[in-house]
Amino acid sequence: MKTGPFILALLLGLLWTAPAWAVNPDEMLADPVLEKRAREISKGLRCLVCQNQSIDDSDADLAKDLRIIVRNRLKAGDSDGAVVDYVVARYGDFVLLKPPFKGTTLVLWLGPAVIGGLGLWAMIAFLRRHSGQGGGQGGGAQAAIAKAASRPRPPPLTDDEKKKLRKLLKEDGP
Amino acid sequence: MIPEIGHFALILALLVAFVQATMPMVGAHRGNQAWMAIARPAALTQFGLVAVAFGCLTQAYVTSDFSVLNVFQNSHTAKPLLYKISGVWGNHEGSLLLWVMILSLFGSAVALFGTNLPPGLRARVLGVQAMIALGFYLFMLLTSNPFERLSPVPLNGSDLNPLLQDPGLAFHPPMLYLGYVGFSMAFSFAIAALIEGRVDAAWARWVRPWALAAWCFLTAGITLGSWWAYYELGWGGWWFWDPVENASFMPWLAGTALLHSSTVVEKRDTLKGWTILLAIVTFSLSLLGTFLVRSGVLTSVHTFATDPARGIFILGLLIVVIGGSLALFAWRGPALVSTGVFQPISREGALLFNNLVMTTAAAAVLLGTLYPLLLDAIGGGKVSVGAPFFNAVFIPLMVPMIVAMAVGPLLSWKRADMKPALSRLWAAGGVMIVAMIAVWAVETDGPFMGIVGIGLAAWLFMGILSELAGRIRLLQGSLSESLSRLRRTPRAAWGMTLAHLGLAITIAGMTGAGAWKVESIQAMKPGDRVSVAGYDFVFDGARSGTGPNYSILSGTFRVLRDGQLVTMLYPEKRVYNVSQQPTTEAAIHTTFLGDLYAVVGDEDETGAFVTRLYFNPLVGWMWAGVLIMVFGGVLSLSDRRHRVGAPKKRGAGLAQAASA
Repeated sequence: MKTGPFILALLLGLLWTAPAWAVNPDEMLADPVLEKRAREISKGLRCLVCQNQSIDDSDADLAKDLRIIVRNRLKAGDSDGAVVDYVVARYGDFVLLKPPFKGTTLVLWLGPAVIGGLGLWAMIAFLRRHSGQGGGQGGGAQAAIAKAASRPRPPPLTDDEKKKLRKLLKEDGP
Repeated sequence: MIPEIGHFALILALLVAFVQATMPMVGAHRGNQAWMAIARPAALTQFGLVAVAFGCLTQAYVTSDFSVLNVFQNSHTAKPLLYKISGVWGNHEGSLLLWVMILSLFGSAVALFGTNLPPGLRARVLGVQAMIALGFYLFMLLTSNPFERLSPVPLNGSDLNPLLQDPGLAFHPPMLYLGYVGFSMAFSFAIAALIEGRVDAAWARWVRPWALAAWCFLTAGITLGSWWAYYELGWGGWWFWDPVENASFMPWLAGTALLHSSTVVEKRDTLKGWTILLAIVTFSLSLLGTFLVRSGVLTSVHTFATDPARGIFILGLLIVVIGGSLALFAWRGPALVSTGVFQPISREGALLFNNLVMTTAAAAVLLGTLYPLLLDAIGGGKVSVGAPFFNAVFIPLMVPMIVAMAVGPLLSWKRADMKPALSRLWAAGGVMIVAMIAVWAVETDGPFMGIVGIGLAAWLFMGILSELAGRIRLLQGSLSESLSRLRRTPRAAWGMTLAHLGLAITIAGMTGAGAWKVESIQAMKPGDRVSVAGYDFVFDGARSGTGPNYSILSGTFRVLRDGQLVTMLYPEKRVYNVSQQPTTEAAIHTTFLGDLYAVVGDEDETGAFVTRLYFNPLVGWMWAGVLIMVFGGVLSLSDRRHRVGAPKKRGAGLAQAASA
């Protein structure tokens, strides 16, 4: 049976989400300017165990530890950048919710622009072909008509289809 | 005994689906009427069998039959009946069963009400439906059997995750699945059309209502999830760019593009290949969404049931469905010939621009969601892709689209002129500038995006109203003429107008909630008073109590404005008996300009309680806007043009699908 491991996993899961809170009053700094900076920094740092929340939103214990680290560094007089560098040095790029722009994230950061560019290019190419401005005045439209004319004619409608067509037209009319 | 009936019904459904997936397809290919005709009874039988299986599982949940492993894992005798029932789909196996039941329900809707479809097309559509179902039955029976027994039988269950014991989340999965599966209909029609090599206006009229219904459900489903996060997670956030949220947002983006492009197929007989491709992509993203959440590939707050062993089957299924349909498209797609000239400055040009933005956005979300997995898989290290990335990509895409959204409906089909269209937007431009100045004056220190967001919302809202005014010739003729034009406006046109107005309101709401949130976190003793955004929150203490299967700590706040009582707020913190997991239930009072939002936490040694108080501006607009969008979709769905061919029967079919 698969039950054994499952129950174990379930129990572990429960321990994992042991109650705590996102930013607690006892963690907050007395200096509102410093605290505001701490909040802003926290929003960009990922809570490593809950995988997709920032440490500012997460109620996991590890997030709390990180929030306290951030505040301690700020109290020690670090700049915002130095605080982030300090955390990244300990936990790696994984902790940054906004991935840094570098070799391994090149595709990520440039991807949307490339996709959008390709889409735009495809759209313009499509419009050129179909708007009648592609090869001289009205050339495209004439080409389209010629193309349509050269297509094999569809077979004539059967009586059944004609009846259906009449029915459709009647119902769709005003 | 009853779980075995369910299991047996599922196996029978697999066999019926196999027949439905093969014989009608062969019959349609050979022109054999009898073989094609099998599709109809097969679809109905299949639905009947899955419904029996679903009923059996529901029975096991309602009666707390813990000899069924699935029930033991996700239920408890003390759970309220609603959550016993919603527990059926609040887990991996049960959610698949719900998915395939909705699929077969839609299939039988085509079987029953698709009498006006050409027999070949109907046979093929049902055949493709059965192929999808086949994959799901095999997946369930081989890896995820909801009826697996457990021995010895435990005395009680391990309860449903407390986060799921909530009215919002109880109906969130069925809504999402109605959306995902609704797009499977567009997919089946697309595949059938590719096999037949014919796409015309009649085809588009058949596909559009399904896409529209799916879009309405998906919109509602996503919003339910977002609304749940807003009141349940305890700090007023409503969208996190969580991979699981993205999983439902990608099909929404692609489906929105599909809705707009199918209009072009219907009206102008062009963009056929593209629309087919969009139908394939939308459903592929729906499948991906279903499985991303269920495969355990993503580990996130939302993923409660995970088993990596199932990953291989899922990957195989995705490759077969997506790869197979794209290969079919590459082979047969070029045969779809579009007629008609396509001018860039025209209604269809504007719709094409919508498609460009929507698909780019869907692709960007897909990239951001899968990138960490791919990079990790090729050994490139671990990265996180969070909200800052998505905002940086999304905002530059959405701003031009919203600007264009006001212009598009003013352009006529075929060939339009930009100048008269723009000249009708002077009022919108004026209101936009006034709104931006007003926002700047009130919230001088607020973020710049706040000013831009409200400006865009005002521009879009007024632009849509200008189009409506022009359509009914307001102030250009007599009032009675305008009124009669208003009355004669088709419902589909109303649907478009309302959906776009709803979006404008939603944008304003999102902007407000994002830009000007006011927060106050502190420890409060009874009698303490905290001022938030001009409101005084007086804490009157907290007391303990018990709910059906949890204990409660319930706080009381009096909210005053200028000494006058505005409202009482009773936030709760619950601890569920079985799991000992806490949840927060925020107390929310919605006003026109924003929500008063209070959360109460634990008591410390000094007798003070941690409280979180918020003013979340314009959040109500967000929900109201989405409701208007969905209402617009439903109104458009009720337009008689969508029921062409078999007016009464088709209407009943959709109504039945909608109420399911």
